[in-house]
Parts: sequence; structure tokens; C-alpha cells
Amino acid sequence: MVQSLGYLKESPSQTAGPYVHIGLTPNHADIRGVYDTDLGAVMVNDKTLGRRITITGRVLDGTGTPLKDALLEIWQADAAGLYNSPSELRGSADPNFTGWGRCATDGVTGEYRFDTIKPGRVPFRDGRPMAPHISVWIVARGINLGLNTRLYFADEEAANAEDPVLARIEHRVRVPTLIAAGEGDHYRFDIHLQGERETVFFDI
Amino acid sequence: MSDRPNRKPETGAFFARDRVWHPPGLTPGYKTSVLRSPQKALLSLDGTLSEITGPVFGHSILGERDNDLIHNFAKPGESAIGERIIVHGRVLDERARPVPGALLEFWQANAGGRYRHKKESYLAPLDPNFGGCGRTITDQDGCYAFRTVKPGPYPWPNGVNDWRPAHIHFSVFGHGFAQRLITQMYFEGDPMIWKCPIVQTIPDRAAVEQLVAALDWGNTIPMDARAYKFDIVLRGRRSTLFENRMEGN
Repeated sequence: MVQSLGYLKESPSQTAGPYVHIGLTPNHADIRGVYDTDLGAVMVNDKTLGRRITITGRVLDGTGTPLKDALLEIWQADAAGLYNSPSELRGSADPNFTGWGRCATDGVTGEYRFDTIKPGRVPFRDGRPMAPHISVWIVARGINLGLNTRLYFADEEAANAEDPVLARIEHRVRVPTLIAAGEGDHYRFDIHLQGERETVFFDI
Repeated sequence: MSDRPNRKPETGAFFARDRVWHPPGLTPGYKTSVLRSPQKALLSLDGTLSEITGPVFGHSILGERDNDLIHNFAKPGESAIGERIIVHGRVLDERARPVPGALLEFWQANAGGRYRHKKESYLAPLDPNFGGCGRTITDQDGCYAFRTVKPGPYPWPNGVNDWRPAHIHFSVFGHGFAQRLITQMYFEGDPMIWKCPIVQTIPDRAAVEQLVAALDWGNTIPMDARAYKFDIVLRGRRSTLFENRMEGN
């Protein structure tokens, strides 16, 4: 016999289901008066440092049909590359930037939208800088365990070329699935759940 | 996100997720998963700062009735119809340590099994005094509690005659974005748990049982509400003693 490690098992995931908006964006779901605002709807204020950007896109199923009942959350560093989190020990992040956003895809068009700022660079585990990126988490009816991916920026070619995470993608044809196309301050990022253009998802 | 837990923040990477314990992406018995499950292998990534950090929510975001679904949508002096229950428990991590400051959000159908949602078509009636959402934040010991009515089971279009067992959806934030979890709580003794295609996406019976809340007679309040106890376990994280970090990281 040996000592028991005494570890517990993580609670198993279950799908967020078709009515995730009732719980996570009730005002968006027309349930008024319970919360003043939906959490994560606003990430910036007029004092937030950094370049304002907008990210829009859709989540597409295996037939190319956009999901109209999905919910996305994003998590990112501030303009200086610091996270607004107690686990961030390198310094204090911009107090006027939450770093976290939540958005339901539109019930008619399937579009999502985040108004945020361009993140700064954050070091990888070995200290090398990662390219500016945003962590993305996707849940919906039919998704049994939330999907994790990353959004990188098309106008960061040099940084992307030396990013240690992008470098780990063996099939280089899949790298573009993580790169948002930009026009001015507007970036476009579609997430493909299946198919030839299936987005790279991470086991983080 | 200002009032942070009083203990030293942890910065170790999270234990690898046991993806055999969780449901796989493709579960044909739950039809919607067929076109929504990735078909390529996931790319493994040991946690960087982007995964081990996460937003923390202060108690200041909470309203007085956020953890009382019996009253938080009801007209003054009225309350939701149904079996009055208290759901409580602890949020722990895989090391069995409590997770303080964890935001829990929950949503559910009303006592008749009807959701307040424009895409819901079940013929059971809405309860004008029940919205179906609530939230709370765990205390320093990782404990939480809320009041609600027991949700009803309801039919859903999957198989010809599929019904969901009574359940409450939970969304949980830990301290890192990699701990993010959505799951569902079921009720002790419900025979419908074992007939449900969504429950059956979980391969291991012991894992399903981890989602079944026990009737907690000790905490039941006489003449008021029965209690159910539901503990939630989030991913554990490595001790920082094991993290061989380069300077500046």
C-alpha cells in the first residue's frame, strides 16, 4: 500500500444548452430587472489605455451554418501586456480595463462583437514573448465541453512568426485559422467547429 | 474586480484535464453534437500566463436578491411557484482545497419545466414570478448557497421521446481562465437521470454521480425549504515550487 494522494476529480462538464443566455446574459435574453447589466458586456471605458479595436465574427458548424445560440468569452492582457488578475505578479494592470468579455452570438445573424483594445505581448513559459493574442472560450448547445482557442492579429506578422504557441502547430496550413484579418481597427475572426478550415482548438 | 481574496495568489499551471472523465465532443446520441464537435486533435498547451490568470469578481457586483430565484424576478410581495429548495455546497479544486471568490452563475426551468426563453416551445406555462437566473460568489471557505424552486423535467427535440431530468445549470469561474467550467446539477433519486442522452454523454457512471446533489436533511429548514448539497470541483494547479520559471516570467 501507498499513501493516498487525496485528489478529487474535476466535475465533469455538461453542455451549456440552448438557454445559456438566461443564466449568463439575461438582459440580452429579455429577462429584465434581475441584474442591472450583463457581465462582460463592457470591457473598456474612456480612460482605458491602448488602441481601441472591434472584433466581430461567427461560429460555424460542420455545414458552414452559423450558430445562433453560442456564447463566447474572451480573456486578454492590457495594452502593456499585463493581466487584470490576482495571479499577475509582474505588475498592476490598467485598472480601467477588465480584460474579460462575454458575448452571445446574435439570434438572427449569428454574429458576435467585442469592443476592446489591442493587447500587449505576454511572455511564454520560458520568457520568450508571445505575439499579441486573445484567449477565446466557446460554449453552446451541442458542445459538451467548452472549446478553447486563441485569436492572433494579421497585422503582427513579425511577432506571429516568432510566437512559441503558433510554432507548435505541425500542420502549417492550419495556422491561419487563428489569425484575425484586420481592416483599420476592425478585426474579423470566424471560428469553424469542423471541416477543412476547422479552427485549431487547444487542450489547455 | 478589485476586492481580491486575502491569501497569496497561486501561479502554478493547472493539472492536465482528464478528458476521459469529461464527455467527448462527438456523442451521436446527443444529435446536436454531431455537427458541432471538432474532428481534429486538440493542440496540447501547458499553461502560460494567458491560461493561469483569470478574471476575479468582487462581491460588489452582487445584488441582494441575486442568490434568491424565488424572489429575484417576482413582483413585490409575491414569489415563484414550486417546491422551495436551498442549494448549497463548496467549490473545491482537485487538491481538495476550497476555492474562495469563485463566481457561480446558475439558470434553470421553472417548476413546470418551462424556460423563460423565446426559443422555448414546451406547452407548460411560464410563471410570471420566475425568471430562472441567479448568481453568487463563494466565501473564504469556498462555500455558496442560494434559494430557488425545484425545476421540472421537460421534453426536448432529440429522440422522439427524450426528456431532460430536473436540473440546474452552473457556470463556474475559478482563479484561472483554464478552470472555466459549465456543468449541470441533478437531483438525488431521479430515475430520469439515467435515461437522458445529455447525461449519457459522460462515459463513466461515477462521473455522472458526481453531478447528483444529495438531499441534505440536516440543513433542511422546517416548514420552509429542503436543502440539496452540491459540491463542485475545479482543476487543481501545480505548486509554484514545481515551476521552473525563467527570470521575468
